[in-house]
Amino acid sequence: MNNAEIFIAFYTILRREIRRFMRIWPQTLLPPAITMSLYFAIFGHFIGSRIGEMGGFSYMQYIVPGLIMMSVITNSYSNVSSSFFSAKFQHSIQELLVSPTPNWVILVGYVLGGVARGLCVGLIVTLLSLFFTHLTIQNVFLTVAVIFLTAILFSLGGFVNAIYARSFDDVSIVPTFILTPLTYLGGVFYSIDLLPDFWQNLSMLNPVLYMVNAFRFGILGVSDINVYWALVIVCLFIAVLFSFGLHLLNKGSGIRN
Amino acid sequence: MTYAIEISDLKKRYDGGFEALKGVSLKIEKGDFFALLGPNGAGKSTTIGILCSLVNKTSGKVSIFGTDIDDDFAKAKKYLGVVPQEFNFNVFESVFNVVVTQAGFYGISKEVAEVRAEKYLKQLGLWDKKDDQSRMLSGGMKRRLMIARALIHEPEVLVLDEPTAGVDIELRRSMWDFIKTLNEQGTTIILTTHYLEEAEQLCRNIAIINGGEIVENTSVKALLKTLVQETFILDLDKSVTADWGVPGYTVTPINDFTTIEVVVTKGQSLNVVFNLLDAQSINVLSMRNKSNRLEELFVKLIKG
Repeated sequence: MNNAEIFIAFYTILRREIRRFMRIWPQTLLPPAITMSLYFAIFGHFIGSRIGEMGGFSYMQYIVPGLIMMSVITNSYSNVSSSFFSAKFQHSIQELLVSPTPNWVILVGYVLGGVARGLCVGLIVTLLSLFFTHLTIQNVFLTVAVIFLTAILFSLGGFVNAIYARSFDDVSIVPTFILTPLTYLGGVFYSIDLLPDFWQNLSMLNPVLYMVNAFRFGILGVSDINVYWALVIVCLFIAVLFSFGLHLLNKGSGIRN
Repeated sequence: MTYAIEISDLKKRYDGGFEALKGVSLKIEKGDFFALLGPNGAGKSTTIGILCSLVNKTSGKVSIFGTDIDDDFAKAKKYLGVVPQEFNFNVFESVFNVVVTQAGFYGISKEVAEVRAEKYLKQLGLWDKKDDQSRMLSGGMKRRLMIARALIHEPEVLVLDEPTAGVDIELRRSMWDFIKTLNEQGTTIILTTHYLEEAEQLCRNIAIINGGEIVENTSVKALLKTLVQETFILDLDKSVTADWGVPGYTVTPINDFTTIEVVVTKGQSLNVVFNLLDAQSINVLSMRNKSNRLEELFVKLIKG
C-alpha cells in the first residue's frame, strides 16, 4: 500500500471507532459524566468542604485533575479492549486481517480510537467540574501532553488485554482488579505526603501516581513527584506496550490460527 | 505461466498437533472456475484461511498472481476477495457502511467506495436495505452482503467458502448466475461447497481434498468421464410387473411399479430400455439421476 492508501485505511479504522462509541453514547459517554458528577458533589463538595485545603488548594480543586485523569484512563482502556474483543468475538476482525492494511496501522487506528474516547470523556468531565469549581491551567502544553500520552498508554493496555482475552470476563478482570485499585491508590483523592513512609515508597511503584501528579502539576502547579520523570516513564511504557502489541499482531496471537 | 493461485507443498499443523494439511499442491489458472471439495475437516477451510491470511501456514509456498505471500502479503491480498463460511461483519453497522468500510481497509477513497457500494448492492438486490443494520438482514441477504463486501476492491480472485449454505433454491440459483457472470467477466472463482450439483454445474476444474491431501485434481469433464456406472430413475405412465427387467441391465421396479431404477454401466445405452418400454406401450414421463454424478465419484474418492 502506498502512503495515501495507508492513510485511508488508518482513517477508516479511526472513523469507525469514533462512530462506534458515539453511537452507543448512553454506554460510553453518559456513565462517566454521571459518576464524576457524583464524585464532585459527594467527595468534592459535601465531604471536601470539611477536609479543608490540600496542597494549598481546596479539596475540590485538588481532586478535579485526578478525577479527569481517572475517567481518561478508564475510558481509553475500556474502549479499545471492548471494541477489539467484540471484533474478535463476532469475527469482524477478519475484515481487517484479510485486507492489506499493515498491522501497525491497525494498532495505531484502534489506539487512537481509544484516545479519542478518553479525550472526549475527559473534556466532558472537565466541563462538568466547572459547575463545582474554577480551574486555571498553569501549563497548557504539559497538561495536554500528559493527558494525550496517558490515553495512548492505556489504550495500548486495553489492546493487549483484548488480544489475550478469550471471554468478556477476561476483558473486565484487568480494569476491576488492577486498574481501579491502581487509580484509587494513585493519588487521585490525596497527596502521598499524607501517607507513612512505607506506603509513600510503595506508592512510588504505582505508574498511575506519576500520570495523575503530572496532570495535576499542569493544571494546579503542584505535584508529589518530578513531572518530567513522569513523562519519561509514560513514554517508556508506551514504547514497550506498542512494540509488544505489534509483536502480538504480527504473530497473530488470539486472532489467527 | 503465471497462475492465479499456485500452492506448493503446503503444510499446516495446529498447536494441538493436528495435521490439517499434509503437503497440498495446487495450480489454479487465471479465469478458472475452480471447486475445492472435501468432507468436513478435510482441509478446505484451512487452505482458504492460509490464502487470505486468517491461518498461519507451517510450511510450503503460496503465490497469488505470481506474488509470494511470504514476500509481499499485502500485494497478494489485494488480488483476493473472500466470502467466508460464517458471517463476519459488524452486525451493528449499516449494510452500506459494512461495504464502504471494507473499501477503506484496501485504501480506496470514500468517493470511489460509495459508487462501487451502490453498484454491487444494487446488483445483489440489497440497495433498498442499505441503511438497515446488517443484523436485521435475512440469512440469504447476509450472504449477499458478504459477496458485495468481497467485491468492493474489485479483486482478480473471488474465494467463496460455502456461499450457498442455508440459502433457498431460488436465491441459490440467482447467486450462481451472479457468480457465473463475474467469472465470464474474467474474475477467477474458487468455490468450496457441499452441494456437488453446484460444483458440477458451475466449475471447470476441481480438486478433492481428504485428510489434508489432494486426492484428485482434474477438470470436471475428465472426472465425470471416469464414472463406470450411473443409476437413472424413470417415471412411467403405467406400472410394470414386479419382475420386469431388461437382459444385461440391472432394473428394479419401485414404489407401485410405475417407477424403475436402471443401472447403466459404461458402454450400455438407455435406448435399449426405452425401446422395450415402447414395445409394451409404456411411456416415460420423466427421467433423473438417482444421485448427483459428481457425488458418486466424490464418495468413491473419499472412501479411497
